[in-house]
Amino acid sequence: MTSPETTAGIQSVTVRLFAAARERAASDTVTVQLPAAATIRDLRAALGDNVPSLRPLLSHLFFAVGTDYAGDEVPIPESGEVVAFPPVSGG
Amino acid sequence: MVELTREPIDFAALTEAVRSPACGAVVLFLGTVREMTGDKRTLRLGYDAYPAMAEAKMAELEAEARRRWPLHELRLAHRVGTLELGDISVAVAVSSPHRADAFDAGRWLIDRLKEVVPIWKQEHWADGTTEWVHPGLGAS
Repeated sequence: MTSPETTAGIQSVTVRLFAAARERAASDTVTVQLPAAATIRDLRAALGDNVPSLRPLLSHLFFAVGTDYAGDEVPIPESGEVVAFPPVSGG
Repeated sequence: MVELTREPIDFAALTEAVRSPACGAVVLFLGTVREMTGDKRTLRLGYDAYPAMAEAKMAELEAEARRRWPLHELRLAHRVGTLELGDISVAVAVSSPHRADAFDAGRWLIDRLKEVVPIWKQEHWADGTTEWVHPGLGAS
């Protein structure tokens, strides 16, 4: 259960986008508002609500906090900075 | 040692850097820009990266490879920017006392790089269209 204290606050989350995600959003970054206790899962849903052009990519997006991959259960960091990108294709 | 660079990859220098009297084997893998994918013709490739994480993940791959195999030296380099046909996009160079470890480590490094390092290629097709390559997704 989420306590009222943690749902009271709203945080601004800035998502840095790469490759096809950046192209679809037509922007390097997207900012969304989320509850203070939000996780990457909530962010994924919020991105679809805020940026409809990202919807075809949503289920395929990977997220990172700093230089580490962040799974759906990971809380949004206090910095409010998250990275999102579609499957990698280096090499 | 790992490197993300916009400059051409000097594969001869990378190979020299891993050579050693302690080793009986050096393996070098180069990824190069291919013209044909099925019946589609590529003019050039654009490579983009999330640099801080790409270098961090490449460093993690180096550490993991050194745990798994008795490697003497290792170089991992990936280029970003616009690459023409035949250009080198990635280089893996490893040295070890015996060849099996060098082959296995080199294969593992390039395979894992393609799975976890945040770098993306964009096809510039001969028909004038562009397409980000995202394995598991359709054309984007």
